[in-house]
Amino acid sequence: MRRGSYLIGALAFIVAAAIAPWLPPWLVSLATIAFANALVVLGLIILWRTGLVPFGQALFYAVGAYTVALLGRYTPIRDVFVVVIVGAVFAGIIAWLVGFLLARYREIFFAMLSLAMSMILYGILVKTETLGSTDGFHVEAGTFLGFRPDGQERNLAIYWLVLGFSAVLAFLVSLYFSSVAGALGNPIRDNEIRVEFLGISVDRLIHLKLVISGVLAGVGGALAALAVQHVDPAMAYWTTSGGFVFVTILAGAGSVAAAFVGSLVFELVRSLAVDFVPGEWQMILGTVLLLTILFLPDGLGSLVSRLRGNKAAS
Amino acid sequence: MLTAFAIVTDGLVYAAYLFLVAVGLTLIFGVMKILNVTHGSFYAFGAYGAATAAGIWFDRGLPDAGGFLFMVLMAMAIGLVLGMVLERGILRLVYGRDEVVVVLVTYAAFLILEDVITFIWGPRSYAAYQPMVAAGSIDVGELTLSNYDIGLVVLAAAVAIIGRWALKYTRYGRLLTVVIFDRETAAAYGINVKLVYTVTFLIGAMLGALGGALMAPKISVTLGIGVEVIVLAFAVVAIGGMGSVEGALIGALIVGLARAAAVHIAPQLELFVIYAVMALVLGFRPYGLFSQIQPRKI
Repeated sequence: MRRGSYLIGALAFIVAAAIAPWLPPWLVSLATIAFANALVVLGLIILWRTGLVPFGQALFYAVGAYTVALLGRYTPIRDVFVVVIVGAVFAGIIAWLVGFLLARYREIFFAMLSLAMSMILYGILVKTETLGSTDGFHVEAGTFLGFRPDGQERNLAIYWLVLGFSAVLAFLVSLYFSSVAGALGNPIRDNEIRVEFLGISVDRLIHLKLVISGVLAGVGGALAALAVQHVDPAMAYWTTSGGFVFVTILAGAGSVAAAFVGSLVFELVRSLAVDFVPGEWQMILGTVLLLTILFLPDGLGSLVSRLRGNKAAS
Repeated sequence: MLTAFAIVTDGLVYAAYLFLVAVGLTLIFGVMKILNVTHGSFYAFGAYGAATAAGIWFDRGLPDAGGFLFMVLMAMAIGLVLGMVLERGILRLVYGRDEVVVVLVTYAAFLILEDVITFIWGPRSYAAYQPMVAAGSIDVGELTLSNYDIGLVVLAAAVAIIGRWALKYTRYGRLLTVVIFDRETAAAYGINVKLVYTVTFLIGAMLGALGGALMAPKISVTLGIGVEVIVLAFAVVAIGGMGSVEGALIGALIVGLARAAAVHIAPQLELFVIYAVMALVLGFRPYGLFSQIQPRKI
């Protein structure tokens, strides 16, 4: 079963990569952003399974993005693989640092404190002239192992880069979910004192999960910065985090694939909504969120497993 | 010396504002254990309502004093209606669900209401400066203080004192204290907990709208004012200890003075300092200064 789903996942990534040259350019750009954001959602799913909802994941997202942007501006490092990994490392370090405070909290306190943390970064970015202030600044195009593609070729290259990182990280996260530390998420959510009595430090485990989700968000932010070629403080704003939480709820925390499908659907709906009903976007978002929470508490992913469950029963 | 004096006065005014905005949030959290993100919407609706009311009143050249009252009443009425719709229409459906889920529900409602504001009032910004001008100002030494700001401080103090008195000595306040302490026991003793919830939510909504109405003359009423307020109010409430009125007061004073100090000494730290103070306080007291001890449930 497990091997089967890895195979399907690998196949899906290969197909997604192979059909790219025949897809319309707007769809490629959209999928690029969607998959970059899906990595952030993946991190949210890890925390969600532990019963934690971070309302400030944009903090790590923005750290990843700004790291890439600053490397392009102040250093000669241009290789996309290097800058993304450096961005992830920085995001991980920040996650490790704030983790000392955040890992002590649960439920809404965790949610709102992580929000406050991201607002600190937002405040710094807005007020700092050298970081571009409210306008943000341009991100260097970067090189792919020495190549420097242009125009649509560059878009495709970025798309494949995002897919590559996504495939590797999705595989690693699903490995993590089947490890002991990963599997302890639900028990912590249900009753963390019992987990403590098993001789496991819940705070340290949550700290680790925070760092993992921070790294994922850092990669997502770094890739998004490369794709959009611009960074601005809105990346750290709490509405960005809200968007990630939204996708997590919509997709459900049931599987790794849900993050990617959910993120893609979210970006598609967003671009359609902006085209057809501009100015109503937040209302649509809010309504869908509300309906999902009320009627599909486990997200769209649970529809699939429900159908499967019915099939098995009949 | 002058700077110190300016910091204290600015800090007090800002603290008064923060307290008026945060008190409704902390009340709702204390009683219902709901972190109400729509509090930002109440604030925004209050501010917009007050600005509209000011437009209606002052365009006709009616007397100043009544205009301010009209603004406040308009805002509170909007808060009442909005609170009723939210509590009866949406929140009622999720009582008993996870606290985090309820936060997300209020977040969803907040998103919807943001666009409702655009729908009703459009994208332009409004001004309601008249009460501020009408109140005038006085000179204290070398500083000029606006009478409106002084009034705001007095009002905040009044709300704090009345709030505390009402919780301790009125029948409803005592019922509230019981519900806060143990919802189930309260219900077992025949207290209508659902009614207490509804009334509390409405009071909280009206306090949020009142905050917006009182701030309307001092700011440009424009899109996105609700977003900033909810994050700020949360910081204040978290410092003080969520659910505590005294905590909100102390939190507002700390944040207000810290921000005023930052503005006068190092302006680029303005936004940063608020959250830095919060992180510092929570580093030592994880659940705020006036938090109650929570028993561990096994």
